[in-house]
Amino acid sequence: MTPILDVDALVDDPAIRIVVCCGSGGVGKTTTSAALALRAADRGRRTAVLTIDPARRLAQALGLTALGNEPHRVDGVPTPTNGSEAPGELHAMMLDMRRTFDEMVQSHATPERADAILANPFYQTISTSFSGTQEYMAMEKLGQLAASGAWDLIVVDTPPSRSALDFLDAPQRMSNFLDGRMIRLLSSPARAGGRGLRKVLGAGFSLFAKAVSTILGGQLLADASAFVQAFDTMFGGFRERATATYALLRSPGTAFVVVAAPEPDALREAAYFVDRLRSEDMPLAGLVLNRTHPVLAPLTATRARDAADDLAGAPLAAAVLRLHADRVDRAAREDRLLARFSRAHPSVAVTRVSAVPGDVADLVGLREIGTRLATPDPAAPAPAAVT
Amino acid sequence: MHPSGWPPALSAVRLHVVSGKGGTGKTTVAAALALALASSGRRTLLIEVEGRQGIAQVFDTAPLPYEERRIAVAPGGGEVRALAIDPEAALLEYLEMFYRLGVAGRTLRKMGAIEFATTLAPGLRDVLLTGKAKECVARVDRDGRPVYDAVIVDAPPTGRVVTFLDVTKAMSELARSGPIHSQSEGVVRLVHSPRTAVHLVTLLEDLPVTETLDTLADLRAADLRPGAVIVNRMRPQWLPDRSVGAAADGRVDAGRIRSGLASAGVNLAPEVLDGLVAETVEHAVRVEAEAAAMGRLRASAASLLQVPNLVDGVDLGSLYELADALLAQGVSAGTEVTA
Repeated sequence: MTPILDVDALVDDPAIRIVVCCGSGGVGKTTTSAALALRAADRGRRTAVLTIDPARRLAQALGLTALGNEPHRVDGVPTPTNGSEAPGELHAMMLDMRRTFDEMVQSHATPERADAILANPFYQTISTSFSGTQEYMAMEKLGQLAASGAWDLIVVDTPPSRSALDFLDAPQRMSNFLDGRMIRLLSSPARAGGRGLRKVLGAGFSLFAKAVSTILGGQLLADASAFVQAFDTMFGGFRERATATYALLRSPGTAFVVVAAPEPDALREAAYFVDRLRSEDMPLAGLVLNRTHPVLAPLTATRARDAADDLAGAPLAAAVLRLHADRVDRAAREDRLLARFSRAHPSVAVTRVSAVPGDVADLVGLREIGTRLATPDPAAPAPAAVT
Repeated sequence: MHPSGWPPALSAVRLHVVSGKGGTGKTTVAAALALALASSGRRTLLIEVEGRQGIAQVFDTAPLPYEERRIAVAPGGGEVRALAIDPEAALLEYLEMFYRLGVAGRTLRKMGAIEFATTLAPGLRDVLLTGKAKECVARVDRDGRPVYDAVIVDAPPTGRVVTFLDVTKAMSELARSGPIHSQSEGVVRLVHSPRTAVHLVTLLEDLPVTETLDTLADLRAADLRPGAVIVNRMRPQWLPDRSVGAAADGRVDAGRIRSGLASAGVNLAPEVLDGLVAETVEHAVRVEAEAAAMGRLRASAASLLQVPNLVDGVDLGSLYELADALLAQGVSAGTEVTA
């Protein structure tokens, strides 16, 4: 029997300080993060939600229309009906990747050095289009928010990458890149790398460095080299912070929630991610199976279609039976996909969130998602006989 | 604008770039398009550029190497070949043409030097990928005929596709001369010509449609040619049009349904009927939202294709079903096939 993910127990637990929502793109991660954070706030916790790239209407619902790289309070939380005693608050922010990077540079370097870095053309590339920058900055921002101690609970959305694993791998990739060994090798292969490495690679390396500089151009390499040198002195600080944030993710105060749509690709990504969390000793709270389509009337697809075939004179009733039959098929497929996931990962707790028709555009909609997150699916009604 | 399915100009296209928001099924659609374009004795090449082995998953085969190999037989004869381009291997292959790196090349790769070089200039990666695709498009056999009637690229998602194809911009980051530079001029000519089209896969949902429309505008601004907008996972509408509006507002005539059912001798318990009514309302809300989404697409897309939802998910057999759906809407490669 698949354990049920008790969302209220999760967001109420005072020992839990960080909830990270992961999953592949297009599964509703941002909405799920916002709904979880709102529910936590409504239930009395001082909560911050760090969103990455919210859809316009969701951003509006959270009051994220003005620019700003700090959380700000969302009006109307908790609900007035909760009474004025409720201590909960919701603060929301949207990650400004470039600004987070700039601020990080400024806080680690002398003003002159910081200016030199920010003005380097290569910095423009790395702070906006490097493939791991968004993930790295999301981690950095999370580290800052956690260090401030201003919140009982921080809910983090993760960047919309193809693979959920990118969130864990990208900071390491970025870190490797910035540590400067390679750039020194490429820009002055004669001096860098040590005698041992030069011996192994020999002339091949010089040739490679020459080839690379022919392709990339001397200017790019010079910019990159200047950037890495300027970066060098602050790199220790960077790495320390990245290591600290990584440790934070492994601490018992953190819980990962994996979000998946009931589609094979999304569930496959979820399975990879669950395995990875386990091997990294990162605490998994469970799986949110988002946008399911439970059957609301106990009537089998076959019976519904057979009956519809006999209903030539009643088009509305026939249409209703056919759309019901499609829904039964769809629900059965979703059940099969989840069962396959759970067979391979029997200990992973699951909650299903049935699809809300239309999109979520306000706090009312988010609260409805929150309710569905926290309410276990009523067991599908057993198909009844048609009399 | 009245979009037609597959205007003649698209049949003349040699390089079909398929993009879409994450989760819309662009790899599946790209695979179906490669099958459809290969039908009746043609040969197509399906290229993967993101190192995900998505094509191998869709065709249910072992991971693809960096090598063109036959992956499927098309309806009515014809074949689809597939290639997973690995930018590091492409760079190394490239360097080998001009410099003899020998063993050092492999060692450098192991050390991550190649990855580093492509990371240093993100544009370089794209230049290598599009360069390889261009080479496949231009390749001819001994008689001077193109080896591939069409090349289909399973491209990066909508957020990245314009950067991916905007080789001119990427090149401005790189050396002003040199071997890659001269090759890239050919890529620039190809991607901005009528021989290239960018197809966008979407679902009839708010977010993917918005992203599709934004991308259409971005493509035009970058002087790239939008091809078809392909709506994936189309689900049937059962409710008659005249009933949709009321039902979406929660007004479903339960009495009429009950009497309709009764006329066929079907009598349902009240709670079963309530469940059916609730499902009908959700269906109607969905149908209404989808019609609105379709309206937005029709207003902007020059060509609109539809691909059905597969209840049991995508497997190799169902790819042919999707390809047939595309063929039925006029999809074809224009090259004459001579026996």
